Amino acid sequence: MAEFIAYLIAGIATGAIYALAAIGFTLVWQTSQTINFAQGEFVMLPAVLVLLAIKLLGAPIWLGALIGIAAFILIFGVGFKLAVVDPMIRHGVLPLAIATMALSIIMKEGAKDGFSAEAQNFPSFVPTQTIEVFGAAISLQHIAIIACAFAVIGLLQWFVGGTKLGRQMQATAQNPMVARILGIPVERMVLLTFVINAALAIVASVLISPIYLAKFSNGEVIGLFAFIAAIVGGFNQVRGALVGGLVVGIVDSMAAAYISTQYRLAVPLVLLVVIILLKPEGLMGRKEERRV
Amino acid sequence: MTAPATRSDLSPSPRLTRLPGLGMIDGTFLTLAIGAAILWFAPVGMGRYGTYVLSLWLVMSIAVMGLNLTLGYAGLKSLAQAAFMGLGAYTTAILTTKFGISWYAAFALSGLLTFAVGILLGFPALRVKAHYLAFVTLAFSTLIWLILRNEQWLTGGVFGISNINRPDFFGIKLFGALEFHRFVVVVTFILAVALWWLIRSPWGRAFTALRENPIRAASLGIDTRAYTLLAFAIGSAYAGFAGALYAPLVEFIDPSPFSLSQSFFLLLMVVAGGAGYLLGPFVGALLGVVLPEWLRFAGSLYLIIFAAIVMLLLIACPQGVSGLMERGWAKITGKRGDAR
Repeated sequence: MAEFIAYLIAGIATGAIYALAAIGFTLVWQTSQTINFAQGEFVMLPAVLVLLAIKLLGAPIWLGALIGIAAFILIFGVGFKLAVVDPMIRHGVLPLAIATMALSIIMKEGAKDGFSAEAQNFPSFVPTQTIEVFGAAISLQHIAIIACAFAVIGLLQWFVGGTKLGRQMQATAQNPMVARILGIPVERMVLLTFVINAALAIVASVLISPIYLAKFSNGEVIGLFAFIAAIVGGFNQVRGALVGGLVVGIVDSMAAAYISTQYRLAVPLVLLVVIILLKPEGLMGRKEERRV
Repeated sequence: MTAPATRSDLSPSPRLTRLPGLGMIDGTFLTLAIGAAILWFAPVGMGRYGTYVLSLWLVMSIAVMGLNLTLGYAGLKSLAQAAFMGLGAYTTAILTTKFGISWYAAFALSGLLTFAVGILLGFPALRVKAHYLAFVTLAFSTLIWLILRNEQWLTGGVFGISNINRPDFFGIKLFGALEFHRFVVVVTFILAVALWWLIRSPWGRAFTALRENPIRAASLGIDTRAYTLLAFAIGSAYAGFAGALYAPLVEFIDPSPFSLSQSFFLLLMVVAGGAGYLLGPFVGALLGVVLPEWLRFAGSLYLIIFAAIVMLLLIACPQGVSGLMERGWAKITGKRGDAR
């Protein structure tokens, strides 16, 4: 039982990371039809940029973090929207999706060549201790991840549902045409979702990197699980991606513990196929969310 | 080159109405035949390595051709072309080294297996929405990678399989680089012509109709699901064929060339060459496989440069290099043939 609780907490922690990535992915998809295949690299890169800023400028951690985060928001929030999505979307969804694959290669290889091919330590803001809860050894880092991720997701949920700006954004996601007629600055709202996506990626990156270490290839698994989380949960704003992320995280953790460490990746994949077969709109999705 | 029917094809442009006609299509066949003839003699005096690079180019072209059918003609994103290629390569390697089955049988089985797996993967995904195929193939890609690495007893794990024999051709041994290259030229030619024929056939027309306007295609009585599924499965089978040639060409296989990144890379090659152009894959593979071999000093930077170029191409000319050449040709002949 104690073991089970430990795995459960670990699963929720990684699940929260997947949820952060999946929420950003879903937001961007809904507002701009951008299927961002570089989403995993979006989570990999902020930590690398922070370490790079510290290494190159000799800056203290806080300054390095500030520079790295600002650079990421600027390049992969605003810049991604203006330089990649805007000129590409007029050619259609397919070229844009392929462009994000090209972007993922550039980000991954760039991190490998420009930073390091080896995994690097990333400073943790909580001690790497474990505490005993009901006889289970639980890492403080996992607790911190869960707390931070849920705080951020709660904040986002409040922003989307409770503020005027957030409601405008939601309207844009659900129906851009009507939103435009209602006088909502659709373009600016779409840009906002890209900035939020970048911000969520930063949070995920800073939370996961102390555990996974900062490495150029981290994005592969995180990206894959973010996509699975988004589909399993259903493309239904924040809620679906959150549930999807947690389900995938817990399934992954349990699979590693009780089925096979080698094939832990395979179990969420099976989950994906089962969901697509039985409930293609996702666990939380309503039938037919999107216009054609 | 068979030009993809773009939106402006609907506008009454005298040149474009003639472009996809019979003359142009025979030009494609002619180009294939002349290209095969040149490549048959090309490696003379090029040395083992140069010959190897040329053969590799053709083998990758086969995989890109298959993906071009999936992406360029049927408009589907498959993120598992490298995984399918791996499936073919390992099937061939295992069957020929461990069971002593002839390469030809292994080649056919590799194609058959990848075709069947394509149907199995595509069926549930395409039942929902076309872009679900992207995620299912993404998952499949990872799964194949796991199996190749973990099932040591079958695949040799990270050490791979070595000593893969090259086949012989009616008693003629193809162990030499040049002999095997010529064999690859012949197989590539046959597969390219088969695809050329397929695209021209009513089936091929149905594929193109699907990409251009799926709703209209459906209303015209085309069973869209069956055709997209078929396009994906045939595209995957081409990856299997490519893998079956790749294994004896390299004579040693390990999981690394069949990773997810490679699948992304193959997609970029399709786009770089020109999605929906029959000869596009050869251009794409040239840029993606041969050029980095010549520009070895660039190392892994080449991947970044290549990806960046593809992104620029996507912005400026989504029809890729083939599209650019078509535009250039239209400029030279002084006719308005601009695709968009």
